[in-house]
Amino acid sequence: MTILKLAVKNLLGAGLRTWLNVFVLSLSFVLIIFSRGLIQGMNMQAEEAMIASEVGGGHFQHPAYDPYDPLTLADAHGPLPAPLAALAASGQAAPVLVIQGTIYPEGRLFAVLVKGIDPGQTILNIPTSFLARDPAPAPPDTSEIPVLIGTRLAKLTGLRKGDSFTLQWRDARGTFDALDATVVEVFSTTVQTVDSGQIWVPLDRLREMTGLPGEATFAVLAPETAVTPSPGGWVFRSPDDFLADLRSMVSAKTIGSSIMSVIFLSLAMLAIFDTQVLSIFRRRREIGTLIALGFTRTKVIALFTVEGFLTGVLAALLAAVYGTPLLAWVARTGWAMPADVDSFGFAIGERLFPAYSAGLVAGTTFLVLLATTVISFIPTRRIAKLKPTDALRGRTP
Amino acid sequence: MTETPLIVTKDLKKIYPMGLTKLEALAGVNLTFFKGEFAGLVGPSGSGKTTLLNILGSLDVPSEGSALVMGRAIESLSHKEAARLRNRHIGFIFQTFNLLPVYSVYENVEFALLLLGDPPAERRRKVMAALEWVHLADRARSRPAQLSGGESQRVAIARAVVKRPDLVLADEPTANLDAENSHNILRTMESLNRELGTTFLFATHDPKVMQYLRRKITLVDGRVAADEIVEPAGESPGARP
Repeated sequence: MTILKLAVKNLLGAGLRTWLNVFVLSLSFVLIIFSRGLIQGMNMQAEEAMIASEVGGGHFQHPAYDPYDPLTLADAHGPLPAPLAALAASGQAAPVLVIQGTIYPEGRLFAVLVKGIDPGQTILNIPTSFLARDPAPAPPDTSEIPVLIGTRLAKLTGLRKGDSFTLQWRDARGTFDALDATVVEVFSTTVQTVDSGQIWVPLDRLREMTGLPGEATFAVLAPETAVTPSPGGWVFRSPDDFLADLRSMVSAKTIGSSIMSVIFLSLAMLAIFDTQVLSIFRRRREIGTLIALGFTRTKVIALFTVEGFLTGVLAALLAAVYGTPLLAWVARTGWAMPADVDSFGFAIGERLFPAYSAGLVAGTTFLVLLATTVISFIPTRRIAKLKPTDALRGRTP
Repeated sequence: MTETPLIVTKDLKKIYPMGLTKLEALAGVNLTFFKGEFAGLVGPSGSGKTTLLNILGSLDVPSEGSALVMGRAIESLSHKEAARLRNRHIGFIFQTFNLLPVYSVYENVEFALLLLGDPPAERRRKVMAALEWVHLADRARSRPAQLSGGESQRVAIARAVVKRPDLVLADEPTANLDAENSHNILRTMESLNRELGTTFLFATHDPKVMQYLRRKITLVDGRVAADEIVEPAGESPGARP
């Protein structure tokens, strides 16, 4: 208790020296929490966006379907198993048929995936309702195909809303067919995997075009839908399976963020270490006096270490004073991302909204306090070598 | 009945290695001090006064021989035991006052009692009494930087005696003071010695201090050259201010 009281007195008595250290350390607190919160927020945003636009409550996939092998698409379709068909009928699943196709905008050739989806589905956050507005009502087998594309494909192909282009595909019998298609809407999404290299068409129309009535490649379940174990051999891929890649990517970015945290922390620790070394040098006579008055060396070391720890505590309090409103403001308004972050490889919004969990704040506080205490302790080992008689004269060992 | 000595040194030596040679700061000192003495180690610089004082205060250890302080052999004390001995039984007064700069006068004096674990009310009573002895009760809230040299040394005296130690070791306590302040603090220590029975042992070559001593031990080259009981100059009227 005495040591704590003395440490508080010494810290407050040191005036500007203490407050400079406290301020530098509090900056580290805020910057570390901000950078880690940014990664955490990015992860949450990306997961939420992927679940909303692609993953839903998971996919039941045709046994032959391999999303990473387009060559499997020719065989990766079949009638929906009865339990999935029932779910689709009740709006709890959205069947999707996927085939390979080629588009010819302005005469140029682009290989795409053609995805058929029910325009009335509400499971995925894709504006499929536009597909219900057939641009040219006519006999279905000859009318233009309504197509929904994302902004990335639109940018790549130069297509805009209302543009027409030729779409070529192979039907179930292997015959090549082609028809004109019209872009009914260009949608913007942060999730590249529902945009790049693919076009969305009405499911029934695609089934009709390919001669695959009632068939699908996979079915997207609505979130929280109870999963039937492998109906008809279809394979279930849970949201966690889909998000595994994202999480490993975020984890890799977290390492980058940790390096930044280490740099911020190191700068603050350098200041603490430097101050502590200087403090021990300047306070040699005081150390000698404390020993003469009855302090053991261990107590003197404890006193200096506690002073360092309390610097950390004061920094945490100061960081809370100005950091809380600052970080809350950034969390509310977001952090604008440059346009080219789209190439990072996963769903990043135009603005990132940092997320600060209690664990993040508590963990960072613990880490900084621990580092401060350890760094404060290291120079105090010199005190153990200090002879009281030398210290009283202001000499160092 | 024989009085138990407070300090006994036997063949006390302190040798410092100085490169390839050795410096013998104390070369076999044999001394005995009893409770209530007002004694001084005098002699030129380098005669071993401060070294002897440091050993008696358990701030240093002898190279050879023994120093028994309040029944404890200094040479065999652990750091912890030495700290306890200093904390409970020994008060120090330094040439440069060595007040803790961030504490007030009150807190500087209270410090020794904090280490003893005295309860707050008891601490307050003792601190105020000690400040009364040195006539600084009205400066209790001041910081050391606001005090004159004489006042600082009086605070140091209050800090040294507040815990009623058996022994106060004063190393050149007047070296940084003018004549008037020197006499003031010496009179203060003398009265504390008489009123509280505290043993004072000085290391000094200041003639002003010598005027107050009742025992003067002269050290030369680490040896006791003379050990004499003297009548303080102050005992004869007009001898000192």
